[in-house]
Amino acid sequence: MTTDTGYDAETRARLTADADQIVARYPQARSALLPMLHLVQAEDGYVSRHGILFCADHLGITAAEVSAVATFYTQYKRHPNGTYTVGVCTNTLCAVMGGDAIFDELADHLGVGHDETTDDGAITLERVECNAACDYAPVVMVNWEFFDNQTPSTATQLADRLRAGEQVAPTRGAASVCSFKQMSRVLAGFSDGRADEGVGAGGPTLVGLRLAEDNGWSAPSGSQAEAAGPADAAGPAQGAGAAAGEAAVGEEQSSAEREPETPADSATGAKPGTPEGEPDASKGAGA
Amino acid sequence: MSTPTARPTPDPLTPILSRTWGAERSWSLETYLEHGGYDGLKAALAQDPADVVATVKASGLRGRGGAGFPTGMKWGFLPPPDGGPRYLVVNADESEPGTCKDIPLMLASPQLLIEGVAITSYAIGCDHAFIYVRGEVLHVYRRLLRAVEEAYAAGYLGKDVQGSGFDLDVTVHAGAGAYICGEETALLDSLEGLRGQPRLKPPFPAVAGLYARPTVVNNVESVASVPAIVAQGADWFTSMGTERSAGHGLFSLSGHVVRPGQYEAPLGITLRELLDMAGGVRDGNALKFWTPGGSSTPLFTAEHLDTPLDYESVAAAGSMLGTRALQIFDETTCVVRAISRWTDFYAHESCGKCTPCREGTYWLKQILRRVEDGTGTEADLDVLLDTCDNILGRSFCALGDGATSPITSGLQYFRDEFEAHITGRGCPFDPAASALFDHTPRRARQVQTAGAH
Repeated sequence: MTTDTGYDAETRARLTADADQIVARYPQARSALLPMLHLVQAEDGYVSRHGILFCADHLGITAAEVSAVATFYTQYKRHPNGTYTVGVCTNTLCAVMGGDAIFDELADHLGVGHDETTDDGAITLERVECNAACDYAPVVMVNWEFFDNQTPSTATQLADRLRAGEQVAPTRGAASVCSFKQMSRVLAGFSDGRADEGVGAGGPTLVGLRLAEDNGWSAPSGSQAEAAGPADAAGPAQGAGAAAGEAAVGEEQSSAEREPETPADSATGAKPGTPEGEPDASKGAGA
Repeated sequence: MSTPTARPTPDPLTPILSRTWGAERSWSLETYLEHGGYDGLKAALAQDPADVVATVKASGLRGRGGAGFPTGMKWGFLPPPDGGPRYLVVNADESEPGTCKDIPLMLASPQLLIEGVAITSYAIGCDHAFIYVRGEVLHVYRRLLRAVEEAYAAGYLGKDVQGSGFDLDVTVHAGAGAYICGEETALLDSLEGLRGQPRLKPPFPAVAGLYARPTVVNNVESVASVPAIVAQGADWFTSMGTERSAGHGLFSLSGHVVRPGQYEAPLGITLRELLDMAGGVRDGNALKFWTPGGSSTPLFTAEHLDTPLDYESVAAAGSMLGTRALQIFDETTCVVRAISRWTDFYAHESCGKCTPCREGTYWLKQILRRVEDGTGTEADLDVLLDTCDNILGRSFCALGDGATSPITSGLQYFRDEFEAHITGRGCPFDPAASALFDHTPRRARQVQTAGAH
């Protein structure tokens, strides 16, 4: 703890206390690096040179190792960020539904392009990738809070209000958008006590549920659970484990295990290569 | 009640995960308990852990993160206990384009996930579980932190859970923006504080995962499906869905559809049925193309409206069920534009570790851009297919494979449209027509100007 990171003693002591708390969450200290980089952004508004040196010193790794990680992830900013990151989803679905037009309008209106900050330091404009709100397209994120079903005019009004220093409320999120630094501190794992603000779900999230309620549709009745509870629920587990298990799962012939026959078969669905289709795992397992 | 063999056909929609989403303060522990929350954990703690694994195996639950590997079998791959730690890591890095189910689930009902984490941890002998949530969803992260806090205070997490002697700590970890971290080994590297790049397999995470210890990595929806299975039994779960694609799942409709959103149904429902519920394609337009499970799953068209959305049927029709991310595009949409944009995404998100994906996605992006703006050649289409051929199956992980899916399937169904961009020296579509609001596109004006000379 002797490296001069450039922080004054008081700041250094405060960051060290926070970093100690982060490290304590993990079995191995290095796991703290991503949250610590969020912590650095909470202090400086970007991943500063001071912050990199601090992380390296605290975790006993080199500044190069910290930089290698910091430059890999898009949420870590390499130059001072605006008070608000305004991210317009321009991945295919949002782009086609109007995200491209929203981005073009905002860029024109603010006079900045992707990853550029307005002169007043209020807004950093970004094109962002799919943010898992496709049923609310087109989507704009402000400091990673959801602004659903946007248009060019709602987006420019939003930007104007942010620049005027007004409080703005996301569609689904806290009662108001916090600053980039405040957001970064939450992402470092320090609660701001605002979890109970805002809605549980927006309209599209509930559309299937409401339709089911209107039609009287529901899941099959859970006779076991309703009738008895734990003891009874354990019954089918023990009974079905060996017999029904294999039949239902179809381990040997499961489609997850068959050889690829088409290009489609080789492409993983969801996330690239989500885990699973790897039957070889069994070879290393004794269970 | 009827006997198990005489079960009626399930209803068209079966809200289970989504059942409490509309309740007042649905995210709170209090609301969750009022709706029978933690009954599954109580049922699990009354059993031997091996019996919980057996129940989940018997249910036929398959991974809801895309690949569809049987969840219970995955748990069963862990080697026998050796006295050292074993980990559960929840993949909450939902980022596959079109996929929007886990994020609303965690926003509305984080306790459902926490209960699933507790049951799964008990079943596999884990006393420290991690939830890796993408960093770009601030309020979801807040809700998860709060849910864990509440669960500790109520004795559902921490030391001696519900007096069972079972200890469990849960750490909620925010990522920092990288699609690749949804790949389970890249996720583990990221969680260890490294760049998120996939690992060579084997060893698989079950043997050497987080900190080189036995680890189960499961998707949010998979884990959230566990409490009801344990509380209500495997037979209950298999009364929904098909024989090999059992149970229920969230179907996420987005795009040119009248009522987009989450529809929780038994696996095997068709897009035609879902579109009927969702009010159909907007403005009475014709359906042009759609993804059954995100952008990494080959495109479908109107000819696939009646394909049952289960793992086997979708695969037999040439795609993958993936995450049931049903992105709907109507006749106003330019398929070249759509595919070009997805390709930008894969090029941006390629982690750079392996050459076929890093270089291949770069060139796919360049070629598609010139085809889209009318400066491509007929030969470019063959180069696209050849490049895809050199990525597919030759990349380190499935990101590269996924990048080829929209291109090869797009050319299969819409080659004429690619050619029209080339012969017509530009895009024949008006992007304003596919937007959900009226406007005059700025880019289109520029393109027209550029094409005038």
